[in-house]
Amino acid sequence: MTKIKELNKSTRNNIITLGIILVFYVLCQILIAAGVMSNLMQGLLVPLCYYSILAVSLNLTVGILGELSLGHAGFMCIGAFTGAFFTRCTEDSIPNVFIRYTIAVLIGAIFAALFGGLIGVVVLRLRGDYLAIVTLAFGEIVKNIINALYIGIDEKGFHISLQDASNLKMAEGGDIIVNGAKGITGTSRDTTFTIAILLLILVYVIIVNLINSRSGRAIMAIRDNRIAAESVGIDITRFKLLAFTISAAMAGVAGVLYSHNISSLVATPKNFGYNMSIMILVFVVLGGVGNIRGSIIAAVILTLLPEYLRFLADYRMLIYAIVLIVMMIFNWNPACITWRKNHSFKDILQSVFKNKKEEAKASGKEEA
Amino acid sequence: MSFISYLIKGISLGSVYSMIALGYTMVYGIAKMLNFAHGDVIMVGGYVIFIAMSLSGLNPIVGVLLAIILCMVLGITIERVAYKPLRKASSLAVLITAIGVSYLLQNVALLIFGADTKSFSSVITVPALKLAGGALTISGETLVTIPLCLIIMIALNIFIKKSKTGRSMIAVSEDKDASVLMGINVNKTIAITFAIGSALAAVASALLFSSYPSLTSTSGAMPGIKAFVAAVFGGIGSIPGAMIGGILLGVIEILSRAYISSQLADAIVFFILILVLLVKPTGILGKIMHEKV
Repeated sequence: MTKIKELNKSTRNNIITLGIILVFYVLCQILIAAGVMSNLMQGLLVPLCYYSILAVSLNLTVGILGELSLGHAGFMCIGAFTGAFFTRCTEDSIPNVFIRYTIAVLIGAIFAALFGGLIGVVVLRLRGDYLAIVTLAFGEIVKNIINALYIGIDEKGFHISLQDASNLKMAEGGDIIVNGAKGITGTSRDTTFTIAILLLILVYVIIVNLINSRSGRAIMAIRDNRIAAESVGIDITRFKLLAFTISAAMAGVAGVLYSHNISSLVATPKNFGYNMSIMILVFVVLGGVGNIRGSIIAAVILTLLPEYLRFLADYRMLIYAIVLIVMMIFNWNPACITWRKNHSFKDILQSVFKNKKEEAKASGKEEA
Repeated sequence: MSFISYLIKGISLGSVYSMIALGYTMVYGIAKMLNFAHGDVIMVGGYVIFIAMSLSGLNPIVGVLLAIILCMVLGITIERVAYKPLRKASSLAVLITAIGVSYLLQNVALLIFGADTKSFSSVITVPALKLAGGALTISGETLVTIPLCLIIMIALNIFIKKSKTGRSMIAVSEDKDASVLMGINVNKTIAITFAIGSALAAVASALLFSSYPSLTSTSGAMPGIKAFVAAVFGGIGSIPGAMIGGILLGVIEILSRAYISSQLADAIVFFILILVLLVKPTGILGKIMHEKV
């Protein structure tokens, strides 16, 4: 016990979070082995992981960098499609699932990072709320383009068209991989709960290490005071770009997990649209802006809760909207801040105990 | 001839964009915030007119007036409830709240009106104009939209430059603290700005849905975003900039829809946003603002 207390605060926090994840994993495996876990719950295990990854990575942009991204689902979409595309192309040539999956994850992350970097270079050198609107537009464009994209393969190589499948001019025996609005079908479902948990841990470690590194401190300095950070020689654009690109790459990883968990991958407003980006933002806001562990917990709770509160399904999005507004006002309104200070849980507990102690003292005196 | 007809159509759509963009730019100038919910006020205006006309059988003009009043009330309410408590908070908090409000409006509309697309019947009854022996047809909607938008913009410009309220708006956008010392009621001025922006959005909704009649709970979002692009294009915070930016954007959108690809027209519009941010982030008429330490 004393040893854990001697560790510095961030290391201790990491060990606690990783411990929670591992305990959760072992618990789930025991429940599955015992046959107690319902099919519904088993189907939710992988989504829990990729939602957590999305929440953690968006928290890097929103909480640590202090910029708002509304296109996180767009980066996930890019990761999902590039990863699935790679797996679909190499299913025969790379039979080893482990190697294929690792490369797919890398490809998904790299492509998402590439697009994140491109947007970041343009927008992050500016001041103001441009990132939110550009990423929002980006998410919609990605969805539109993928729905109009056709890629096929035959012995002559790849054929790409932005009109329709017959325009690909494929030879006999060619295979259409990306089929416009029908997306990619027939990707092998390689994602398992173990892989998902391992990737979640990996993403968590990468992001926490970044936050606690010299670069992470520079990023937070930019968030807290841009001018002061600039005056001590921090390269603002570089660090902003670093954080945003890593955040996008991690969303790409979540996309690869997602695309290998379903058999037919399509880009609909439901899975990669604006609503999805908002849902991830709700995870981050509810879990605490800047609090990585909170993001994971919020993602898990908000993924499980709707399954048990089906009767509220119509009101789900409405509730999300209210959560966003209420949380922001509760956290930032000066009146609410003073109220919270006066009514903090700690103070109430302390005052209760103090009263009891004083009563005990007083009664003790009387006895004496 | 077809080019001229596209051009006129573009100017018509563009003047609707510039009306919406005015709402963005005025609110940005005064409250220094991006009012994400502005696009959804258009949607609300559209539904109000739809109900007034189709279900209650009211005169279109009465419907539009009703929409203007309700949108003004909505705009002021949003400002009071959601934005005013956060006036001193970080811009990230305000931005997330604004997204929450936008999302709230969309989902309330979805619950009330359902997910099916409503077909909006045009509020404009002016017949189409045929020119050059029928080679060039200008629709009645266009004939009303362009002059109406011009009149509104000129009136707004005069209002802001000459009236006491308008000048107090300029003062608040220049320096909030100093305008308090000058005896300007900042809260009232901000509320008036939101009211004017929302009223413009209501007029824009009548014109927009008359030309593009499908109405759903999210149909305000896209015009809203495009109008924001227009506001950035013209220089955010600048009123003439919003007008120029809106019209340019409408023309670009219609021309690329006609000559490049209808599927990728939205992508082209956003590409222009990125291009503008890359080359001239302050927009056509924007001022560079220096930050004081």
